Amino acid sequence: MVDLLSHDVTYTSDEMMTVTASRKLVDGQVCFVGIGLPSQAANLARLSHAPNVVLIYESGTIGTKPEILPLSIGDGELAERADLVVSVPEVFAYWLQAGRIDVGFLSAAQIDRFGNLNSTVVGCYEDPKVRLPGAGGAPEIVSSAGEVIVMLRHTERAFVPSVDFVTSVGFGRQGEGRAGHVGAGPTVVITDLGVLEPDPTTHELTLVATHPGVEVSDVMSHTGWDLLVADPVVTTEPPTPEELGILRDLVARTKEAHSR
Amino acid sequence: MAEFASLHDAIRDLVPDGATVAMEGFTHLIPFAAGHEMIRQGKKDLTLVRMTPDVIYDQMIGMGLARKLVFSWGGNPGVGSLHRFRDAVEHGYPAPLELEEHSHAGMAARYVAGASGLPFAVLRAYVGSDLVKHTEVASINCPFTGEELAAVPALNPDVAVIHAQQADRQGNVGIWGITGVQREAVLGARKAIVTVEEIVDELSHRGPNNVMLPSWTVAAVACVPHGSHPSYSMGYSTRDNAFYTEWDLISRDRDLFARWIETFVIGTEDHAAYLSAISAQPQGKEALGG
Repeated sequence: MVDLLSHDVTYTSDEMMTVTASRKLVDGQVCFVGIGLPSQAANLARLSHAPNVVLIYESGTIGTKPEILPLSIGDGELAERADLVVSVPEVFAYWLQAGRIDVGFLSAAQIDRFGNLNSTVVGCYEDPKVRLPGAGGAPEIVSSAGEVIVMLRHTERAFVPSVDFVTSVGFGRQGEGRAGHVGAGPTVVITDLGVLEPDPTTHELTLVATHPGVEVSDVMSHTGWDLLVADPVVTTEPPTPEELGILRDLVARTKEAHSR
Repeated sequence: MAEFASLHDAIRDLVPDGATVAMEGFTHLIPFAAGHEMIRQGKKDLTLVRMTPDVIYDQMIGMGLARKLVFSWGGNPGVGSLHRFRDAVEHGYPAPLELEEHSHAGMAARYVAGASGLPFAVLRAYVGSDLVKHTEVASINCPFTGEELAAVPALNPDVAVIHAQQADRQGNVGIWGITGVQREAVLGARKAIVTVEEIVDELSHRGPNNVMLPSWTVAAVACVPHGSHPSYSMGYSTRDNAFYTEWDLISRDRDLFARWIETFVIGTEDHAAYLSAISAQPQGKEALGG
């Protein structure tokens, strides 16, 4: 991990990504959270600028306020600190499908230029090169949440022109849009290099911001297609010492608890 | 009324070769002991059903017990891939594995339909996903509004197997914490086996809402303390996160995996023996001379 130096604050590119994603959550929003990077960013938001954000995990834990980050989607920590715990059929039917979720927070193995997400296979379905875990809750999070924030590390392997398998549809294979869906789909993609948003007309992902110290050419060389670039591209505000302090405390607490 | 039985006898009598078996648990309360007993008894040609197949299904698939997997997410939670599952899908080792996969919402709805005695479930799902081309899902129009929705077939396993915290002496089952889709799996199955941490005079959480499954919905109850290890049973045990991390190493290698199963599952008489073998030595690569 390269340490980037800015305003006398040293931070990693993963920390920059997490902080950027956490800033996208608005206080009071109801957020359906995936495990890993999304969970870290959502909890950073809850512990900083958005104390009233409602976090829901697909294990049925609603309004949970974990002290440490969960290792799995069904850790006891999530249940013990939840406002209520419901069954899995209920969380998908009454809470997600019924439209009670403002924001879905997801990751994937692959994303393409129209924001389609793959977490099923690399290669062809019948004879895959890599068998990935599969859909989980993602297809319906993307279709039923008001909007979706996608987080993943920016590599040419992840940012492919066209995903091998559409597990969860963004704007369709040809960028045809969101007919038949309740939610607005992936409205923003946050990586360790910058921020992408779909073009309002063509739905093609467009680079709108780079993180401090990252050149547009760096992002382009880590993207598997000829990436559209907004004019101008803004530079993300670096993490504040407060944001970094809260994030690092959270990560340290988590590490300590999971090593016990 | 549920019969009290040993885990050995319950698996022997209620899980025939070729059965469709749903062993549910959403990270919490995963019925590991029951899966290990199926490996000991050499069950075969099973269709395994579960929303989140994790390490126990990896072990059963790696031992060639399963012909088919019906699922929605197959991974090692918080760690990564299931390597025995991947080896079966990618290389047909030790045997090819037929897949029927859904999204979580679809699987949950299928269980609800099964428990409700309906032939299928309706939900707003799968729009634009390539899953539609590879699984049993149909489109249906709402007879009242015309809205296009997805239909998925009911799940009615031959046997459901779950782990719970407690049963009382009548066989009523008490579960608390994350309850996943266990109730739907049991009520949708033809028969159900429940392993419990403890059999008690009165369930700890008393009151009209705290019997998760009444005795007469369950075929057999077996008392198997720590029967969810390495997952956890809230109030009784914590998740053995180190084991899940070590499993990544053990399961990557076909021979190391086989030796692990031989030592800790086939080579142990029952779950109590498994637990003492596990606690007696670290189960990493070094411990097995790998």
